[in-house]
Amino acid sequence: MIYFDNSATTKIDDSVLSTYETATRNFWGNPSSLHNLGLNAYELVESSRKQIADLLNFNPSEVYFTSGGTEGNNWIIKGTAYKKREFGKHIITSSIEHPSVTNTMKQLESLGFEVTYLPVDDTGHIKIADLKKAIRKDTILVSIMAVNNEIGAIQPINEIADVLNDYPSISLHVDAVQAIGKNLEGKFMNDRVDFYTFSGHKFHAPRGIGFIYMKDGKQLEPLLAGGGQEHNFRSGTENTPAIAAMAKAIRLLKDDEEKKTNNILELKTKLLEHLGKLENVHVFSKLEDTFAPHIICFTIDGVRGETIVHTFEKKEIYISTTSACSSKKGLESSTLKAMKVPEKIATSAVRVSLDENNTVSEMNEFIQNLDEIYNHFQILN
Amino acid sequence: MKYTEIMVRYGELSTKGKNRNSFIGRLHGNVTKVLKDYPELTIQPHRDRLHIQLNGLDAKPIMEKLKNIFGIQTFSLSIRVSKDFEEVKKTAIDMMHEAYEPGMTFKVGTKRSDHDYPLDTNQINLQLGDAICVEFPEIKVDLRKPDIKISVEVRHDGIYLSYLTVKGAGGLPVGTAGKGMLMLSGGIDSPVAGYFALKRGVEIEMVHFFSPPYTSEQALNKAKELTSKLTSFGGSIKFIEVPFAEIQETIKANVPEGYLMTIQRRFMLRLTDMIREQRGGLAIFNGEAVGQVASQTLESMAAINEVTTTPILRPVATMDKTDIIRVAENIDTFNLSIMPFEDCCTVFAPPSPKTKPNMEKTIKFESSLDIDGLIQRSLDNIKITTVEPGDTFMDSKQDEISSLL
Repeated sequence: MIYFDNSATTKIDDSVLSTYETATRNFWGNPSSLHNLGLNAYELVESSRKQIADLLNFNPSEVYFTSGGTEGNNWIIKGTAYKKREFGKHIITSSIEHPSVTNTMKQLESLGFEVTYLPVDDTGHIKIADLKKAIRKDTILVSIMAVNNEIGAIQPINEIADVLNDYPSISLHVDAVQAIGKNLEGKFMNDRVDFYTFSGHKFHAPRGIGFIYMKDGKQLEPLLAGGGQEHNFRSGTENTPAIAAMAKAIRLLKDDEEKKTNNILELKTKLLEHLGKLENVHVFSKLEDTFAPHIICFTIDGVRGETIVHTFEKKEIYISTTSACSSKKGLESSTLKAMKVPEKIATSAVRVSLDENNTVSEMNEFIQNLDEIYNHFQILN
Repeated sequence: MKYTEIMVRYGELSTKGKNRNSFIGRLHGNVTKVLKDYPELTIQPHRDRLHIQLNGLDAKPIMEKLKNIFGIQTFSLSIRVSKDFEEVKKTAIDMMHEAYEPGMTFKVGTKRSDHDYPLDTNQINLQLGDAICVEFPEIKVDLRKPDIKISVEVRHDGIYLSYLTVKGAGGLPVGTAGKGMLMLSGGIDSPVAGYFALKRGVEIEMVHFFSPPYTSEQALNKAKELTSKLTSFGGSIKFIEVPFAEIQETIKANVPEGYLMTIQRRFMLRLTDMIREQRGGLAIFNGEAVGQVASQTLESMAAINEVTTTPILRPVATMDKTDIIRVAENIDTFNLSIMPFEDCCTVFAPPSPKTKPNMEKTIKFESSLDIDGLIQRSLDNIKITTVEPGDTFMDSKQDEISSLL
């Protein structure tokens, strides 16, 4: 089996799973309980928080646990909108965000907020000039992803931050779900950013756990009201074992990050070089430093994305159409649409997403199969 | 370079006249206690220095421990060589190679207790200076504020060279100033007050009030753990648990709410003072800071203080909270102090205590209570334990947690 769908989700790491299991058995007290069982669980949660903060250069007080990326994005956007609604009702985002951002924006629009969706160029990047033009007196939030989940385009977060340095009252949110652990911190970790979203299952932690970064001094209206956990910002009994498992997964992720990323980049280079030799393909992910190392989006022209996915699946090779979240709906990729890629081409797009467990021999095997599939479908052209 | 000894310079005790010998003796004892895990060392106290012969041990961990010992102004790592002056020169040059970076200035300073040595101090300074200038043609001499100072001591058993001087903890050797009681709550301030008391040479004993079931075992263990942190500055500390629940309940039942706090504190102080008397203490220390909370206004302090004439010393009285926190972080008590357990001060805290208690009323409200009986029953049940360096009390699963993460 070859698993090349790591942007959809990753397989849980064995040692992370064992942390999860041990924590479930031995730290099952409610962290809010006053007795020892509770205190032990509390200590585990707080040690996990500290470890995550240390590894990412945050303060522990800036890390809030969530159920994952979708909650994180919903919370930061809605929580900011609610908190700052007296100051303005205008939000800026891009036209290529993850649905958990885009559809949250739609909900806010129905409540009377105005949202500007910045266009992207034909490489999938927003333009700083467009951002500058979009900023208004009543703008309260800019929400831009660090790495696009469909084609891997890295958005110019540092430049966005520079622009917003002149607008201290506008909050800046960066969805970093696809960016963590890919040796890209210099490109999206910026002091001007007020909020980040992260999701555990994208880096070999269990499903149902994630966290946000909320800069010290910033506030969000809670999405979940209740028992006052997470300093009253996110109620709900802490998911202790998943939190511990995620803390461990981040430690593993950060070990040798540069070396692992270089290996991934080597695989991407190999695939892109090969795709370059084929005539009837379009490739949207480039080998430039404005693209993440682990995502390759391409087409075999004339063949629908699903067809390609299922053909690979028969050979136990797992890839996806452009984004797992929308792939079941048979929609054309929204990022490609925003890039003004013609619909006929966009519906052929598939995504290969790699991680540190993938090997050169897997890529060789993939390429061999790609050739067979490519040649087979040339009868359609 | 293979250093042979650590030379410890005394702090203020050099100026302490007749008491000098007892100071040196106490510092010697404290150093010996803190370095008890290194039996290979030879520790020799002299009139103005203490010499620790390394006898082949690595100096680094020993220096780390010395940094916490009060009564030490500075200490230096030094090398003993024979009286062959060529060897002295070679060692001085080796040291300069280790210390010198372009642009730095230097000086040689020599002391001589072996007056039979053929070269006098000036000759030694000049000859070594020349040798260094030949080896480092760019280097400049600065006699006033050199970047590197090579110290040379000609003693009977050899010649000692050093250049690295490490700042010690200052203060006075713990125990030279007598004994005092520290009212230790478990908050941020009282451990810091204890640290300052130790720094001025006071041997402290912890007085901790606990009120089961209103306060938890964890709060008690936290106070003991804080005590353990403070043992790194002067060795083992006596920990005295004083039961306080009956007194608190009685006060709560009989005294108007506004005066609960004042009268509780007066009982605490009475108890501490009686324990002090039993144990031969001379003063009481606490972590009060003027104006920080209701019990720490000058009016409150006066009303509470009225129960005794024993000196009550408040080392952090005029410090800002942020400065206290900085010290707490440096002495590694802060993270423990902020752990959220109820202590006896918070459990019975009235919603709005008097910040300006009236003395007459205080005494009037108190007079309805059986003060002597309450105090006696509490004293009868105090428990005294000894906290040693390295003791731990928190039932922490930190090891298991670390292995999970």
